[in-house]
Amino acid sequence: MSLADLWSILPQTLLEGLLLGFVYAMIALGYTMVYGVLELINFAHSEIFMIGGVAGLEVFRYLSNGKGLEVHNPFLLLFLALVVGGGVAGLVAVLVERLAYRPLRKRGTINRLVPLITAIGVSFLLQDLVRAIEALWHNEFFLRYPTYPLLEKTFFLPLGMTIQTKAILVIVIAVLMLLGLNYLVNHTKLGRAIRAVAQDMNTAALMGINPDAIISRTFLIGGSLGGVAGVLFGLMYTVISPYSGFLPGIKAFTAAVLGGIGNIPGAVLGGLVLGQLETVGGTYLSFLTAGNFGSEYASVLAFLTLILILLFRPQGLLGQNVGEKV
Amino acid sequence: MNTNALVVVLVAAIGGAWSLLAPDNALASLLLLVATGLAVTLRGVPRAVQSLTFVALTFLFTLVLRREPALNLVFFNPAFYGLLAVLLSSLLQPIPRWIKLLLSVSILFVSVPLVGFSNPFLFELGIQVGIFAALALGLNVVVGLAGLLDLGFAAFFAIGAYTWGIFGSGDPDGKYQSQASKFIHWFPVSGLDGNLLYLFIGIAIITAAITGVLIGLPALRLRGDYLAIVTLGLGEVVRVLANNLDHPLNITNGPQGITPVHRPSVDWLNSFTNFLGVEKVYGRPLDAAMTYNLFFYLLVLVVIGIVIIVNVRLSNSRFGRAWVAIREDEVAAKTMGIPLLWTKLLAFATGAAFSGTMGAVYAAKQTFVNPESFTLVQSIFFLAMVILGGMGSIGGAVVGAAAVTLLNLDILKNLSDYLNDMRQAGVTFLGYNFANLPSQLEPAKYERLVFGLILILMMIFRPEGLIPEKRHRLELEKE
Repeated sequence: MSLADLWSILPQTLLEGLLLGFVYAMIALGYTMVYGVLELINFAHSEIFMIGGVAGLEVFRYLSNGKGLEVHNPFLLLFLALVVGGGVAGLVAVLVERLAYRPLRKRGTINRLVPLITAIGVSFLLQDLVRAIEALWHNEFFLRYPTYPLLEKTFFLPLGMTIQTKAILVIVIAVLMLLGLNYLVNHTKLGRAIRAVAQDMNTAALMGINPDAIISRTFLIGGSLGGVAGVLFGLMYTVISPYSGFLPGIKAFTAAVLGGIGNIPGAVLGGLVLGQLETVGGTYLSFLTAGNFGSEYASVLAFLTLILILLFRPQGLLGQNVGEKV
Repeated sequence: MNTNALVVVLVAAIGGAWSLLAPDNALASLLLLVATGLAVTLRGVPRAVQSLTFVALTFLFTLVLRREPALNLVFFNPAFYGLLAVLLSSLLQPIPRWIKLLLSVSILFVSVPLVGFSNPFLFELGIQVGIFAALALGLNVVVGLAGLLDLGFAAFFAIGAYTWGIFGSGDPDGKYQSQASKFIHWFPVSGLDGNLLYLFIGIAIITAAITGVLIGLPALRLRGDYLAIVTLGLGEVVRVLANNLDHPLNITNGPQGITPVHRPSVDWLNSFTNFLGVEKVYGRPLDAAMTYNLFFYLLVLVVIGIVIIVNVRLSNSRFGRAWVAIREDEVAAKTMGIPLLWTKLLAFATGAAFSGTMGAVYAAKQTFVNPESFTLVQSIFFLAMVILGGMGSIGGAVVGAAAVTLLNLDILKNLSDYLNDMRQAGVTFLGYNFANLPSQLEPAKYERLVFGLILILMMIFRPEGLIPEKRHRLELEKE
């Protein structure tokens, strides 16, 4: 591949990076919101994302299996899948908080490792739980999203870029969700309560806020966003399995840290940066190293970036430097 | 003599007599298992009676296990669990030290090999438990003592395994060339002699420790939570490297892995078993596979012994105290003049070294290395061992390793086979026909569910683990 070829595919690569970046941003918001209120890396969030994707797929399947209710309009199908995916994921997130994290909080554990290890346990448990459910139900767990000609239709853009209907939908939905979240957090009563709990749980409680209810709702919001991202991810990349939450989840967490964990605009910025880094890096790495290191090193690139960022700017791109609490 | 002691002796005697008369009867072994439990739980049993019961039970269980020639599984085998229970309870009960020593040596060095010759699976289990126990002890230094959550621990295991796998692979016929000769042109095609494994265990310690320092240098500067995610990422990086470094230079042979890996010569062990008269007892000389089973079992025992001694010495040393101080309160530890980065690095390197050692042994034992053995699931598997046993506790790490390995290697697998049999036979249970059971539902594949559940339940109900560390226990009692 010559330099001119590489130059000509750059716009398309950037566009795909943007798409991936929005998906990462939506997942990263779930991590960052939970971290904001609880200072906990919610490892299980990657599984919440996956559950959203799987639940959305079940909607597609159920409404087009030829038995009973059938929906033929792919846009309506997608809308229903997004609602169900987001809803189920949000509920699972709330359930996880109630069953696994709240007992620890009530006991008042001193050790920070305890909730973190619980989160890892929940993440593993959910993976195989979904696998077991899918195995019992359909006797398979590597699932494939259906494709519709209407959603696959390709449009030609200037600079030689092409974009499919579903990609446009992904971007539009992601932007709408992000704007909605921004409004919710900054301009509503609930948002103010969330910010208060994130700042200081005890003082917030003194001001008449019920921290447990707010934490529950934070999990609901973050989880639903993750679930919607799961449906969009499935739609874009077609394959979803109980284990396909892990890598996007880790990368979205990386994005959240990159932008400054606990910081909502930071998570979006981090997601977009990471999406570009991975697509552009994956495409150009092979060229730069004369074919010796290809796109399989894209995740290595993402992790190495995370380490570099943390070394030189531990608070992330937009984060504030907070001293350690003694 | 009090009644409790009498009950223990009576139950043991009835069980013993029964098992001697009818060795195939599982109920007899079950009764012996009950006797073990009674000897531990009943109050006021004199130590002499307890010790004698344990000695007798060891003898009986070994005898029962020896008499079952077609014993392929230890699943639901009361005699096997009995032997395990005796080993564990003799170590934990306040009986005289020399009896503890006598019992554990005779169980580990006599009973297991005796049974293992007729049932190789026991050797396999022993070797795996030993390997994982060493890894759990390594991780115990990092997570348990120093309180640094490392989610990429399998990386160091991989480093150790590849260190020996790359240089010790190949075969004399030249059918498979050694891995090292694929990227070092002057390297012998047949690879290094198997006996150099002993040297390479040392080299693996050094390479793993260096990798630990290299990974630790950037990672350990970070705040606690970030460390988990960065080590996870670096663990993935090592796996991706192992998977993809077959080009431009073929260093790891990619996803195919490296095979065959050499094992040391075991002629000395053969002549030793002949000298002991094993041949006469079994009516046939030990075949190569069996000798290797015995060899790796003994090697793992020796290594684990050394690892435990080092671990005990370290945790009671200045460094051990510094690690615990960091675990409890980093800022306070720093104020007390503990150099944080240096002390954490030392913990990382120590843990890595233990795991590198066993990596080399593992490569030789499996005669095969591939990236699939070093995934994140594997790292979580090690973490589950440490958490289950009790963070920071040495006995806990060993017990946790044994429990998790047994669960994974034996119980889940046999549960799968059992369900498969039921499905094929079309058994109906409580109105449910097992022929309808989906074929994708195999308990052996659901190890994540089990480990996840272990981690959650332990954290909620018993965060200090099965066998809590003494310091930790004191701390929890105080509150």
